[in-house]
Amino acid sequence: MDIKVRVWRQSGPTAGGKMVTYDVKGISPDASFLEMIDVLNETLILNGDDPIAFDHDCREGICGACSMVINGVAHGPEKATTTCQLHMRKFKDGDVIDVEPWRAAAFPVIKDLVVDRSAFDKIIQAGGYITAPTGTAPDAHAAPVPKKDADAAFEAATCIGCGACVAACPNGSSMLFTAAKIAHLGLMPQGQPERDSRVIDMLQAQDDAGFGGCTNAGECTTVCPKGIPLSLIGRLNSDYRKAISKR
Amino acid sequence: MVANEFWAEGEPVVDKAAPDGPVETRWERRKFSAKLVNPANRRKLTVIVVGTGLAGGSAAATLAEAGYRVKSYCYQDSPRRAHSIAAQGGINAAKNYRNDGDSVYRLFYDTVKGGDFRARESNVYRLAQVSVNIIDQCVAQGVPFAREYGGLLDNRSFGGTQVSRTFYARGQTGQQLLLGAYQAMERQIGLGNIEMNARHEMLELIIVDGKARGIVVRDMVTGEITTEFADAVVLASGGYGNVFFLSTNAKGCNVTASWRAHRKGALFANPCYTQIHPTCIPESGSHQSKLTLMSESLRNDGRVWVPKRAEDCQKPAGEIAEEDRDYYLERIYPSFGNLVPRDIASRAAKNVCDEGRGVGPGGLGVYLDFADAIKRLGRKAVEAKYGNLFEMYERITGEDPYETPMRIYPAVHYTMGGLWVDYDLQSTIEGLFVVGEANFSDHGANRLGASALMQGLADGYFVLPNTISNYLANGPFPAVSETDAPVVEARKEVEDRIAKFLSIDGDRTVDSFHRELGQIMWEYCGMERTEEGLTKAIGLIRALKEEFWTRVKVPGKGEELNQNLEKAGRVADFLELGELMCIDALHRRESCGGHFRAESQTSDGEALRHDDEFGYAAAWEYFGADGKPTLHKEDLNFEYVHPSTRSYK
Repeated sequence: MDIKVRVWRQSGPTAGGKMVTYDVKGISPDASFLEMIDVLNETLILNGDDPIAFDHDCREGICGACSMVINGVAHGPEKATTTCQLHMRKFKDGDVIDVEPWRAAAFPVIKDLVVDRSAFDKIIQAGGYITAPTGTAPDAHAAPVPKKDADAAFEAATCIGCGACVAACPNGSSMLFTAAKIAHLGLMPQGQPERDSRVIDMLQAQDDAGFGGCTNAGECTTVCPKGIPLSLIGRLNSDYRKAISKR
Repeated sequence: MVANEFWAEGEPVVDKAAPDGPVETRWERRKFSAKLVNPANRRKLTVIVVGTGLAGGSAAATLAEAGYRVKSYCYQDSPRRAHSIAAQGGINAAKNYRNDGDSVYRLFYDTVKGGDFRARESNVYRLAQVSVNIIDQCVAQGVPFAREYGGLLDNRSFGGTQVSRTFYARGQTGQQLLLGAYQAMERQIGLGNIEMNARHEMLELIIVDGKARGIVVRDMVTGEITTEFADAVVLASGGYGNVFFLSTNAKGCNVTASWRAHRKGALFANPCYTQIHPTCIPESGSHQSKLTLMSESLRNDGRVWVPKRAEDCQKPAGEIAEEDRDYYLERIYPSFGNLVPRDIASRAAKNVCDEGRGVGPGGLGVYLDFADAIKRLGRKAVEAKYGNLFEMYERITGEDPYETPMRIYPAVHYTMGGLWVDYDLQSTIEGLFVVGEANFSDHGANRLGASALMQGLADGYFVLPNTISNYLANGPFPAVSETDAPVVEARKEVEDRIAKFLSIDGDRTVDSFHRELGQIMWEYCGMERTEEGLTKAIGLIRALKEEFWTRVKVPGKGEELNQNLEKAGRVADFLELGELMCIDALHRRESCGGHFRAESQTSDGEALRHDDEFGYAAAWEYFGADGKPTLHKEDLNFEYVHPSTRSYK
């Protein structure tokens, strides 16, 4: 396939950026999107140009590092798929493809397509855990967990922390990310003692980190590669109301 | 002999921390004899932990909970992205919740045997003992393991064993366990007990007065080089599978932290023991940047086959009649069938492909077929068990495994070798501890499925926190300063190396060298190794290394985010490691576990060990001035599980 990509190039956090067009010729439809960028970068290096910086690591859709807005959609056109799992067979010969970084106030650009997502870690620090220091645990079978709760907790826990939800949100809100962790831990009996403080502290942390408010636009769940449902935000709001009413 | 061109032999290496007496009580006795650090004194002691995967994340969290000051480093943008996250299948523990005859002793036995009698009994027994605590710990953290309708934990069986002892969270067990450790870590970061440095890469070890006292790191965003000090350094930097370029490792996984320590005196043990995983998605073309593993739990229900006749290989699978299919694992290994250990399944796949009976592009693939399982259990049940894996397969290949059988082929997946450590997980450099895949300790020559997660968490949650106190009890050590000679020197080495990379300005990219190295390693130091091939590989690697240092082109500057500069440092170290791996493989003239020497096989093509000659761990000292690494042998004694030939027939 022969395609053109228009890529956001920005040399550093404070530099201005712009879209630059590159030709990519003879790419296999079986190549992944990132492999297409690899091939382009090899050419750029040998031509003495600066290769495109982008985050990626596992290339299996699980580490959450890759993060490209492709043709205006976080992670691109394929549903429930991270950038690294998107393959060129989803495009046509002759396509012109726009590639941009996540754009959100809380995710400043570091270089080209690389952004700083450390604000997500700040939200987890505020309460996205169960306090269980090593060595304190009772036997794993001491407290059975109904299968349906365990399965629902697992579904919420599949969030990979990529930040597509934030990139897609018109407000740059991290509500889906936070809601997924609140649901994961709140659905398990182990998570109950800290349930109230968790939701209050995590919401405060996401405000402090510069994420916008949630207006139920629902763009987040549409781009989520793991299909985290919007209903978890309702669950979070319900938890929050209960928690503040006890204060 | 040809070999002596390549290595020298030194004094044996002895594990001085190893306790003796009955194996069941060794760990208890070691914990009791280890010196402790009073809780009030712990905050005066600083520990550096490099890497935030299962071993590093759990170690950092646990040490911080205990009251030590922890400084943690990872190359990813968040500790949550360490490659443990990609582990799919599960984690073993000797809980015997199935009442199927499992026990600590049986897990110990299976692991020593599965490792082909090249691991230490004391370490493996301890691993089996603490396995039960890991599950308790993870459940307390809220890890959403799979459960049964009664609310109790579910188990499944895994390759190489005959009991169900594997705990899992669908096909994302590593992710869930890592998030547990990550969340425990983030809690400690929030409390100010861990100083977290993401997007920082360790480029050198600092040794002062013979003790590991710090590291030189590069801030990968600004390019700033800093020196960081501590009372002890823990490496949890993972394995070195990316020496093959194509592997199931994440793209960033590298050997640099371990290799820098090795260059400074830490012995590197059994580098030739690499695990080739049998169930990966085959390569699709020259653009291939990595390979993707499909959890071997798929072998529980999937049946592996190839056509009986080479001329059938081009036909669609559905057009090949049942009687024309060769279910070769079931045929050759009737008692274990599709669940034979990984090394055996991988080599069997290579053999049928070498016979010309492989399927898919280039004939490098075998079928993994779920048609029978779907008939027996129903599509829904298969979907519940493996749904996400099937989806992953379809996304990558464009084929639907519910309709056509998957195509799989072996790929490099895990490295059993690593820095040599004693029973306390301390390397041959005082104060340098190594945990998880980065060390060599528990899997011998071959790792069983679902044992990597177990070992990473055992080391980080339960072993290291108990053994490191014995060392730290001698501290705090005298303060180290930026101006101390070893610190200045280590920093200068890093700066000079970066300057060198940027100044060569050649005509080949870093990736092109990495790819070429990978091809050499896969061809000559992959699933089957020969004296001739390994000797050739050493020559090829040496020539490639020379070419690298004269022709590599690294664009950009040092003082910025520069991903090619990062890669250049890693590939330079892989080039040295690759040579050592080939030398180790050359010296070990036997077949054991993941190391198959064609010259050492039985008449029916099975691996042939030579316990009398090679019943030791090979710990290598860095290439000396004469360019030869020095071999130090650690004798392995088997008091409980007596070496026998592994038979899965």
